[in-house]
Amino acid sequence: MRASLFITCYNDTLFPETGRAVVSLLERLGVSLDFHPKQTCCGQMHANTGFRGEAFSQAKRLVRLYQEAETVVIPSSSCVAMIRDQYPGLFEELGNESLRREFAALLPRVYELSEFLIDRLGVEDVGATFPHRVTYHASCHGVRALHLGDRPYRLLRKVRSLTQMPLPNVDRCCGFGGTFSVKNAEVSSAMLAVKLEDIVATGAEYCTALDNSCLMHLGGAMHRQYVGMKTIHLAEILASTEASPAEATV
Amino acid sequence: MSHLATAQPAMPHPDLDPLSAPPFPKAALPILRNPQLRHNVAHAIDVIQAKRAKLVTEKADWQELRSAASAIRAQALENLGAYLEEFETRCTAAGGTVHWAADAAEARQTILDLLRQENASEVIKIKTMTSAEIQLNPFLEAAGVSVFETDLAEIILQLGDDEPSHIVVPALHVNRSQVREIFARRMGLKDLSDDPHALTAAARTYLRQKFLNIPTAIGGANFLVAETGSVAVVESEGNGRMCLTLPRTMITLAGIEKVLPRFQDLEVMLQVLARSATGERMNPYTSLWTGVTPGDGPQRFHVVLLDNGRSSILSRTKERQTLKCIRCAACMNACPVYRQTGGHAYGSVYPGPIGAILTPQLMQMHHAQSLPFASSLCGACYEVCPVKINIPEVLLELRAQVVNQERHQFARLLDPMYLGMKIANLLFQKAWRFHLAQRLGRIGARLFTQRDGWIHSLPSIGAKWTQTRDLRALSSQTFHEWWAARKGEAK
Repeated sequence: MRASLFITCYNDTLFPETGRAVVSLLERLGVSLDFHPKQTCCGQMHANTGFRGEAFSQAKRLVRLYQEAETVVIPSSSCVAMIRDQYPGLFEELGNESLRREFAALLPRVYELSEFLIDRLGVEDVGATFPHRVTYHASCHGVRALHLGDRPYRLLRKVRSLTQMPLPNVDRCCGFGGTFSVKNAEVSSAMLAVKLEDIVATGAEYCTALDNSCLMHLGGAMHRQYVGMKTIHLAEILASTEASPAEATV
Repeated sequence: MSHLATAQPAMPHPDLDPLSAPPFPKAALPILRNPQLRHNVAHAIDVIQAKRAKLVTEKADWQELRSAASAIRAQALENLGAYLEEFETRCTAAGGTVHWAADAAEARQTILDLLRQENASEVIKIKTMTSAEIQLNPFLEAAGVSVFETDLAEIILQLGDDEPSHIVVPALHVNRSQVREIFARRMGLKDLSDDPHALTAAARTYLRQKFLNIPTAIGGANFLVAETGSVAVVESEGNGRMCLTLPRTMITLAGIEKVLPRFQDLEVMLQVLARSATGERMNPYTSLWTGVTPGDGPQRFHVVLLDNGRSSILSRTKERQTLKCIRCAACMNACPVYRQTGGHAYGSVYPGPIGAILTPQLMQMHHAQSLPFASSLCGACYEVCPVKINIPEVLLELRAQVVNQERHQFARLLDPMYLGMKIANLLFQKAWRFHLAQRLGRIGARLFTQRDGWIHSLPSIGAKWTQTRDLRALSSQTFHEWWAARKGEAK
């Protein structure tokens, strides 16, 4: 099977290890990958901040770049939600008929990572080993926009030596919300404090998610507060094997 | 004063007038620093949320009920004009009088004129957020009419000189011992305990006298029924029922969107409303009346139908769904932002997610522009909304409108948010620009990166991030650089 990766702007810049993990995981599962070096951003930041024209041009750019892709895999639930929930409205309002047709053809081929593994490849056991206590943070977009349901838990359950630590109030937002985290920094921090309390109480060593944006928020606070817990993208756990364990991050 | 009262910083009086209220982030600050208020709010909505979740789960056809409720409300809005006229005809035929008010000022004046006709110097009220929207109480007081709220929460707020922080439980930010203090002080009950029975008994004694002596009442409406000309009020305490039976004259103030096409629609609406609002299978008191019934209840009945910005919302396709709202407050109970701030930070009588979209629209987007941004877009509001208002979608639409208003303003030229968004868009349009910016950013970030490989402090807008969060330093190799290097090696 062939698949094209979309490594979103902040993953490319700040969390390249997630992209590398997706590559090692999917190649191990026999997927032949390509990556378009011209890709940049899905437009979510602009769309969510009210810059609709800018979001539209980025969205259009993404659809054109991936026109030929057999399947697009995106290890970021909020970017997939952007494509599914916001592109139709943007293209309805600002696009033309041919763009709408191209998008309609592309949309069913766009997968979030856990969807791709479970729905497309039909695997739960990806042969991973991760000997740690892990709690899963269900990002808002994963829960309410993509309806990922138990997919991430099923994947985690099959990881050898991993202990899942259930997170209370799992569907409560961590307070990131993109530019919300700076426009309403204080309220965002109050939400973060509440979330962090729940996460720390699990006693896990790692907090994982399918979205590095939440993890950047949670990890930033964990580091600031010396809580002795780390964040790690689910792809990195799934890529981790006994022979080559997850890359040690700072 | 007790030592507790002095230990806490003084809270500013909440300003719920969108014309003068500070923007959301600023209004939220003193609240975030108030442990009592935050505890009260979080505790109260956690209790309601849990009750709602339990009752929704027991209803196997909940999603079908939501769809039905949503369809009924959408249908009402599609033909709002016709349904309102039908309501007017039926209500008038049954002995009621219908008044139309284009805005808050007209509604206030209409109500005052009606009170003058009644020679009323005092009036009792059923809880109505619409009357708070038009700031009716201060207007009537200034005109010499004494207003007495009869809903327990509203009494607490009125006697405590406070403002509502929630549309269903307006005093949820106040706890029992604070209620005791207010009642003891304002009712002259020095020895009042904070036992719920004692507090209820005090409110009852206070109210009984008002119910028996004041023959004029003002209330709101949960629903207006076009088919029959009926008005429905649902409540939990029976104070509404008293106001709807004892007085000689009843004045109902209702937003024009409150109409339902058919009497039968109440079957669906009452089910979703009680479960969503208070987590009850059925609300304790449901009052329904049609015009005037000789010998039974108020003999003079007026309905004031308020527009106040609603028809302009109705005319806009994406935003119209805002008017489907039945004011159940499930969205604010589910909202992680509201959970931290309570209602006062929203600077409107309509707080929470619905307030964040309704208030700026009622103000025709001239005020309250910070509200559409007071959300992390987590979607919890949409998930619980019993009439399926896609609040995140409307928030995004309103954000786009605010940005369009502001982006060409001279003052925004050097605003870091606007500048940053413009630059980011230029970078994202061409990969080479984006990649160059990444390389420059990596060099620039060195200035701020500590020896532990993290950024602890950033200037300008970045400081908003680093005030509570660190940021990992930029990686020495981006993903696309790694990919290119790997492909090079493979060749």
